[in-house]
Amino acid sequence: MPEPLLRIAHLTKKYGDATVVDDLSLEIMPGECLGVIGPNGAGKTTTIRICLGLAGADGGSIEAFGMPLPAEVREAKKRIGVVTQFDSLDPDFTCAENLRVYGAYFGLSRAVIEERVPKLLDFAALQSKAGAKPGELSGGMKRRLSLGRALVNDPDLLLLDEPTTGLDPQARHLMWERLQNLLQQGKAILLTTHFMDEAERLCDRLIVLDHGRKIAEGTPRKLIAEHLESDVVEVYGDGAPEAAAAHAALAERVETSGETVFFYLRQAKPLLDALADNHSIRYLHRPANLEDLFLKLTGRQIRDDA
Amino acid sequence: MLTSLYAAPHLTVRFWPVVMRNLLVWKKLAVPSVLGNIAEPLITLVAFGYGVGSLIGQIDGMPYIDYLASGSVAVSAGLAATFEALYSAYSRMAVQKTWDSILNAPVALDDIVFAEMLWAAIKALFSCAAILVVIFVLGISRAPSMLLALPVLALAGVTFASLALVFNALAKGYDFFTYYFTLVITPMTFLSGVYFPIAQMPPWLQGVAEVLPLKAAVDLVRPLVLGNIPAHPVQPLLILAGYACSGYYLALVLTRRRFFR
Repeated sequence: MPEPLLRIAHLTKKYGDATVVDDLSLEIMPGECLGVIGPNGAGKTTTIRICLGLAGADGGSIEAFGMPLPAEVREAKKRIGVVTQFDSLDPDFTCAENLRVYGAYFGLSRAVIEERVPKLLDFAALQSKAGAKPGELSGGMKRRLSLGRALVNDPDLLLLDEPTTGLDPQARHLMWERLQNLLQQGKAILLTTHFMDEAERLCDRLIVLDHGRKIAEGTPRKLIAEHLESDVVEVYGDGAPEAAAAHAALAERVETSGETVFFYLRQAKPLLDALADNHSIRYLHRPANLEDLFLKLTGRQIRDDA
Repeated sequence: MLTSLYAAPHLTVRFWPVVMRNLLVWKKLAVPSVLGNIAEPLITLVAFGYGVGSLIGQIDGMPYIDYLASGSVAVSAGLAATFEALYSAYSRMAVQKTWDSILNAPVALDDIVFAEMLWAAIKALFSCAAILVVIFVLGISRAPSMLLALPVLALAGVTFASLALVFNALAKGYDFFTYYFTLVITPMTFLSGVYFPIAQMPPWLQGVAEVLPLKAAVDLVRPLVLGNIPAHPVQPLLILAGYACSGYYLALVLTRRRFFR
């Protein structure tokens, strides 16, 4: 049994009276992608900051590569790559210079850096932009450059905090392809995201965080099977509230969000038959997905800080 | 352990790439920067030195332009270091988030604060060297002891950079720095015998001036620039070193508090 690259045990962090990380435990194995999902303010970014020694914990322990953190955080960081939620590229430097300067922070020799920079530009699909400054790049290019920069030390573990937020679908797909590529190379990834399709596609295992607490953990399929009915019928339109009242008995669970009614059920046919003749509504039948799980576990209400 | 807020500075060689980073940015803008470093003192010295100087004649037994030029070098060390450690360091720390990205690499905040201090002092030394060249070319002084002024100016740069980093750590925006200039740097300039001697000021004010870092720098730099060895170098050197060490430590504590909540 290989040792986990990162092991967090009973981590707790408070800001005044607010507990932002509450008895959180998790492990990441080599080559694994662990997704951490949760509403804004759930404690995802704080957990990453504590792992990097950028915030102190109030309880619990962290080990990376078998080394206790934060005691040996400097040693551990040599093997960690980080992409933060907001780009922090150096605006005065070209893409290539951004990579070179960042490599120097890791104490890499000039020869190693010069050998890696073209490969990283290639990986980030930015070969033609080597001499461009971040201000000239699109959002997707900047994120890829940030990812390339996080790889300059050839890390074993990547901490990626919402790496695709704000990107268009093309840029997200390219990012996913690169992340899958990294997983195939055997790198481990801790990924926080708000995109459930991203979590489903990339992550071997998921942790759902809410108010700093772990409220669910497992593979995406297992989590859906454990917590949800297999099918969902979404009903929209003027007649939706009446339909909800009339057919509630045909579903295991009914939820209303704004103008839309969600029927969660195991057998969709009776409901679909009943809705077929109703012209005041439109409806969609689909399998239950992670988004349903997420909303079931963390609720539909908007958070104060969202 | 996460570094305690009050722990002694823990430095490693990793501060050096951060200095190199700032130097690399500076190199991109080096030509206008050096031209500015030379043109500004050239214009000021010619205008005030020869203009006002012709009205004043001798001050403290020397031509006014000698008095002004030798004092201006010390002021320049202080101002250049202060500007770099306030506005530029704040941009990197709070606006561009450069420090945050560096902290994700194996470089500690202690290294970054030290690097910013050192870089501001290096940059101050660049502009002092430019002024010394102007002084040399104009023939105000051609004394070899000018070279001895350079290490003193470097120390003054370190001192003013450290003090500025204290205010950098406390700043919530660029506006805050206006107070520092208006309430600290400008009055200090007038109290340090740069443009006029302070002998005619009330004795208590002269007492205050005696412990100001800029006065200490002027007392050391003026004789060196003009070809003399300072008669009493120990006290001003201790004052500069004292402000540098306590300023750096305070800046470090406050910056740690800012970052590690």
